[in-house]
Amino acid sequence: MAEQTVQFKVFRYKQGERPSYQTYTVRVDPRTTVLRALEQIRQEQDGTLAFRHSCFHASCGTCGMKVNGQEVLACVTNVLELGTPVVVVEPLDNAPLITDLVVDMGDFYARYQPAGMPMIRESEFLPDSQVPEGVEHHMRLENCIECGLCLSACPVAGSDPLYLGPAALAAAWRMVEEPRGRDPATVLAWVDHEHGCWRCHAAFECSEVCPSNVDPAGAIMALRRELTRRKIGQLFGRR
Amino acid sequence: MATFHVLIIGGGATGAALAHDLALRGLQVTLVERGEVTSGTTGRHHGLLHSGARYAVKDQESARECIEENMILRRIAPESLELNDGLFVAITEEDVAYRDLFLEGCAQCGIPTRELTREEALRLEPNLSPDLKLAVQVPDGTMDAMRIPLRFLATAKHNGAVIKPFTEVVAILKQGNTVTGVRVRDHRTEKEYEIGADIVVNAAGPWSEKVAAMAGVHVPIQPSPGVLLALRGRLCNMVINRLHRSGDGDIIVPQRGLSVVGTSSWVVEDPDNLPVPEDHVQLMYEKGAEMVPMVKQAPFRAAWSAARPLVGERGATTGRELSRTFKCFDHADEGVEGFVTITGGKATTARGMAETTANVVCQKLGVDAPCRTREVVLLPHTAYYVQPD
Repeated sequence: MAEQTVQFKVFRYKQGERPSYQTYTVRVDPRTTVLRALEQIRQEQDGTLAFRHSCFHASCGTCGMKVNGQEVLACVTNVLELGTPVVVVEPLDNAPLITDLVVDMGDFYARYQPAGMPMIRESEFLPDSQVPEGVEHHMRLENCIECGLCLSACPVAGSDPLYLGPAALAAAWRMVEEPRGRDPATVLAWVDHEHGCWRCHAAFECSEVCPSNVDPAGAIMALRRELTRRKIGQLFGRR
Repeated sequence: MATFHVLIIGGGATGAALAHDLALRGLQVTLVERGEVTSGTTGRHHGLLHSGARYAVKDQESARECIEENMILRRIAPESLELNDGLFVAITEEDVAYRDLFLEGCAQCGIPTRELTREEALRLEPNLSPDLKLAVQVPDGTMDAMRIPLRFLATAKHNGAVIKPFTEVVAILKQGNTVTGVRVRDHRTEKEYEIGADIVVNAAGPWSEKVAAMAGVHVPIQPSPGVLLALRGRLCNMVINRLHRSGDGDIIVPQRGLSVVGTSSWVVEDPDNLPVPEDHVQLMYEKGAEMVPMVKQAPFRAAWSAARPLVGERGATTGRELSRTFKCFDHADEGVEGFVTITGGKATTARGMAETTANVVCQKLGVDAPCRTREVVLLPHTAYYVQPD
């Protein structure tokens, strides 16, 4: 297989020290992802390089980072397909930096958790299939993998630290769209304010970078429509 | 009562479940993990909630563990599972010939089965191969490989456990023949410090042999990687398994909007920086497509390797000959006190592995506290990051 040499310019930061960039040379093949290259660096060149990862197939959302300035999951970003002789790797924006490429996801979850989105939804796939005996209905895990790419890419999140952000608003819309026994009014009230769904500038960066087809921007627009519909309904004395 | 301090090395499913179990029993717990939690084998598995049926013929001890833990996980973490069941599908006459042995094995292990005709199975899963002969339904499912361990960790934290990711053990401290703690390097600062403990538990999965060597003892572990292939789109709702003895590319696990085809099996010395051999990736396409032909058309998402921690001495050739059961070693048997290793096993059986280990730990410390992890419903995974009031 055709191996090539690629330079990785990686953001480095250890607490108590100045941030810097460090360049590593890595041999890659046509299947090498940015995550595998980082593993190679840590294993063969620099054991101090810290980054987050878990599933290696875009299902856990742990390895979100910026590669050549773009928010991606490192595990599904092919190095040679980037087509650049130097690959710049940096941590996500709009989240506190812990070390190197590791950011603190606590703030993300503090905003995300109140939506109370269940992890399981009804499967919309294979509509022709029947449900097996002993299974009530086909179910599947939610699309959002909580990677934080949308929050990092959001131009508003950088300027308004109170903004709920795309992932939390998308989770809120999932609750309204499919309440599963809960009252959507509570969730709607939670997003109906200046740091909620009305704060978005409709830059659609979030939907661009989402690796899981959640379309947070679409969800935010849907929340606005639903709130508007309810408010007009109230004006005319209807729910 | 004096509170004993247990230090756990390894933030995978096993360490997470053990931290939860020990915290519930009232012990003081610290867990250290060299990278992010679930960054080793745990996060990389195919996400199968095992019914045990895969092991019902050749490895019944593991099969029984799987079905028992499968039913417990449904109680304690229902929101993290796709409970769509699984099918074992016969594609060839040779597969059909395996049916009786398979059904008998499942019955012996207490795994419920339901036989389906070709037509019944195709109604449930229209993308199955037209060559399908028959199928057997079993209570397999899909689990969230990262978020179930996070729920163990979240609940452990809520009960007082301290979880330290990016904290790598560089030495195991001993006084005479007794382990007294560890020396760690904090990768946020690259500074080293010591943590004392009454007992140190090695839950480092395929790395447990290396960790044990630091304490001067031997753990028979054979790291055995397998290649997995993720494709875009859900090609099935149920877990699809090949009805024959364990082999390459014999399972497709639907997971979120993906389908994961697994696995191959070989053995390595070093579980770090695993290669992803191209011929193994192609084998996943070939063998997966025998069950679900659309495997060959579905868009590629990822290919990766994960190392199983199989219990057994070096010398195995593919790893398929080794059991998937787990083993807890009290190294006092080799003259080292205060040091316990738990290894082997499956993500599905992590809670049971933790119960066995916590029993050993409590017995060594003289703590009389029953295991409660069969009943306690786990906190949501988000509570790992944001602790509830």
